Amino acid sequence: MTTEPLLGVPPQQFRLDPPPEEPRRRRLPFSPWHLALMPIAAVMLLPLVWMVAVSLETDAQSHAFPPLLFPKSFQFENYKTAFNAVPFAHFFLNSLLYSLTTVAGNLLFCSLAAYAFARMRFRGSNILFVVFLATLMVPFQVLIIPTFLIVKHLGMVDSVGGLIVPNLCNAFGIFLLRQFFRTLPIELEEAARIDGTSRLGILFKIVLPLSLPALATLGIIQFMWSWNDFLWPLIIINSDTHAPLQLGLSMFQGAHAQHWNLLMAATVMSQLPMLIVFLFAQRWFVQSLAFSGMKQ
Amino acid sequence: MSASVMLQEVTKEYEPGKAAVDRLSLEIADGEFMILVGPSGCGKTTALRMIAGLEKPTSGTVRIGDRVVNEVSPRDRDIAMVFQNYALYPHMTVHKNLAYGLRQRRTPKDEVQKRVTEVAELLGLDELLKRKPGQLSGGQRQRVAMGRALVRDPEVFLLDEPLSNLDAKLRAEMRTELKRLHQNLPVTTIYVTHDQVEAMTLGDHIAVMRDGRLQQFGAPQEVYDRPANVFVAGFIGSPPMNILSGVARGGRVSAGDFVLERPGVPDGDVMVGLRPQALRPASDGMPVLDFRIDVVEPLGDEVVLHGTAAATTAVACVDARVRPSAGSVLRLGIDPADVHVFDAASGSAIR
Repeated sequence: MTTEPLLGVPPQQFRLDPPPEEPRRRRLPFSPWHLALMPIAAVMLLPLVWMVAVSLETDAQSHAFPPLLFPKSFQFENYKTAFNAVPFAHFFLNSLLYSLTTVAGNLLFCSLAAYAFARMRFRGSNILFVVFLATLMVPFQVLIIPTFLIVKHLGMVDSVGGLIVPNLCNAFGIFLLRQFFRTLPIELEEAARIDGTSRLGILFKIVLPLSLPALATLGIIQFMWSWNDFLWPLIIINSDTHAPLQLGLSMFQGAHAQHWNLLMAATVMSQLPMLIVFLFAQRWFVQSLAFSGMKQ
Repeated sequence: MSASVMLQEVTKEYEPGKAAVDRLSLEIADGEFMILVGPSGCGKTTALRMIAGLEKPTSGTVRIGDRVVNEVSPRDRDIAMVFQNYALYPHMTVHKNLAYGLRQRRTPKDEVQKRVTEVAELLGLDELLKRKPGQLSGGQRQRVAMGRALVRDPEVFLLDEPLSNLDAKLRAEMRTELKRLHQNLPVTTIYVTHDQVEAMTLGDHIAVMRDGRLQQFGAPQEVYDRPANVFVAGFIGSPPMNILSGVARGGRVSAGDFVLERPGVPDGDVMVGLRPQALRPASDGMPVLDFRIDVVEPLGDEVVLHGTAAATTAVACVDARVRPSAGSVLRLGIDPADVHVFDAASGSAIR
């Protein structure tokens, strides 16, 4: 209706002239905020630059003081040496297994719990949810011993299971997804109920396909967390067979010699998957961190 | 296949003591188009949701056909519902949206395809089957929502203000289309609206609700002609009925300068209802009243007058040939049979 031309004149011709432009001030080619952000970015980047620099230095250079940030020649063979010094590929696969299974577990189990908290009314649901949230405030250090004892009773010390099972679901993921699920229009679910879909069907056919941004966020956060996890593997894993990369890296810190350059080369290699994940998923990641707060 | 729907003393309390729907009893015959109408918050949507099975009645029984469905889940009630915001699945194409309900019921594939094609053709959606809801206009979405209900061939259609998100022109078009659809395919339909024009034009019967209670149930013309109380009188009809406060003494009702002989009206305070359309230039033998005109709205065939009569704000619709002017006083009369008298305390009609 509104697009119908009135008296044959296209509607945009009725528009008033644009307001006169403000007198042009000399502008910086970037926002003033950047003046504050750039030094912060530099501080954040420095350790990464340093890591890459040391990974390309000779053993002697890597021990130099003051540290050498820009070596004159690059020792690329450090990477090869580091790769062969420890069973790197084996650790890498362990890390991949650990990360991918915990991501899958979190997506599945957090979705189920989050949907229940988002949409199902049952006695004590709010209290239970608050209890779940409260666990976010308990530092991991406090949980280490009880978790270890449980895993021990399950007979899973020094096994892949012991590594993975305690991390299959966490309160943060439940919270993140619950908040997202609650923003979806309830009528969609009611329509699906009338169309004959079960509760689980609604979750898998309606809710989850509409929650891809939140699922992607949770997946990425969990992947990052599992991939970089050091403390729990250190406690639960004793043998090289099941050690993930982060444990493997610690093998470079020998009792007698400290090969910083090799350690850094291995560290750079260990961080590549994170970099790749982040590059591909950056859009989702940023978008849904914004989602994850409260409603838009 | 179609079925009757019956509500018996159905009550819904979200909080104890506060009834959203209060002892609602309705009988909707097989194949009938029934309108639930009332202002927002009157419980009409809650009533519909109880028929759909999305809400559980606190007490009372809901029957579809000869089955009590209080404990039956929505999927097993053989109903289809159109939501106010359409609730199309945004991640599915129009085709998948239409097919979804059938697929959930494990209908054979070629049957699904056949039904979807039929319904798409009926509603002019053939060209849109590959699109997603986000790529459709409001009217197209509305059609898909209707199609999703039709394709299931349910016993009862439930529509929750299906036209309220459309602009005026499209709404009028869809209204006619809905009526045509129901004439060709007489499935029991329950339609919730707050729009009294939709209520009058679409329904075989209308149920007027207020504060969770049924005010009147009947054919649209009957409700219009014989409103059961002041609320219904003011709600049905546009512009709304003029209500003057008056008094009855010995079979004579008076409100300001308006005097009507109506034997049998008990003495006491009353309200007098005069439809704007029933008022006309006075002629002999009619009860009359003086109408002071403030604003004149010519509509071509008729003129809507806003002003004061019997010390109350009032509206009258008169023939355009009367040529009234703002500021003047017009003597208007009414057929005594068109005057509604209500008890001032209870608001119910005195007949």
